[in-house]
Amino acid sequence: MNGMSRIVKTITSIVFPFIMIFGLYIIAHGHLTPGGGFQGGAVVASGCAMILVAYGSVWTMGKIKEKNLSILESIGAICFIILAILGLGFGTVFFKNFLVGSNIIFGIVPSFGSTISNINTAGVIPLMNFAVGLKVIVGLFGIVLIMAYASRRRDNK
Amino acid sequence: MILDIIHILLPLLIIGSSLFAVLLKDLIAAAIAVAAMSLLLSLEFFILQAPDVAIAEAGIGACLTTAILVIAIKSTKRMEDEK
Repeated sequence: MNGMSRIVKTITSIVFPFIMIFGLYIIAHGHLTPGGGFQGGAVVASGCAMILVAYGSVWTMGKIKEKNLSILESIGAICFIILAILGLGFGTVFFKNFLVGSNIIFGIVPSFGSTISNINTAGVIPLMNFAVGLKVIVGLFGIVLIMAYASRRRDNK
Repeated sequence: MILDIIHILLPLLIIGSSLFAVLLKDLIAAAIAVAAMSLLLSLEFFILQAPDVAIAEAGIGACLTTAILVIAIKSTKRMEDEK
């Protein structure tokens, strides 16, 4: 699949950062607003698929190697499991939220009732959102990229 | 009142676009009809007050599924066989 015209490439370059910011906002605010790791990752992967359609699979495959995508996906899954096992180590049970109440990061316990939402809360949940977001971004973009690249090779035969 | 009209109108549009997706012989047009059905379904989720499901449906159903379907159709035939 070759790239599209110059108009499409220019509009894609303008719109792409806004889609990235929206998706990363959904991931980072997963414990406060609707959405989370999976939804924000799906939005970011949609933006990457737009780049793939506009610039062609050969150009994108030259920028990104599929082996790096596989490594990043494994890093996302391993970070999720390691955070869960750290709950077993520092706390009592698997998936124990051991960061709540500590002063390290994301440790503030909000007061009871309806308050202004603070991003520095919820313990280990934002870190798990980041891990799931990384895995979903790389996984969904890898599916589309490999499929486009394989169909391009078939056209040349 | 307006919300009641939207609640009646949106399922009818979803059923209509699903019928187009089944009946069309041009497979690219059928894929676009599936994308339109998914977008209307995400709007229906939003007015039923499930915004996170709406975000997931709009990202997965309307964008990535359409991309995969169009890539798959480009490497095979475009028109469905008449029998």
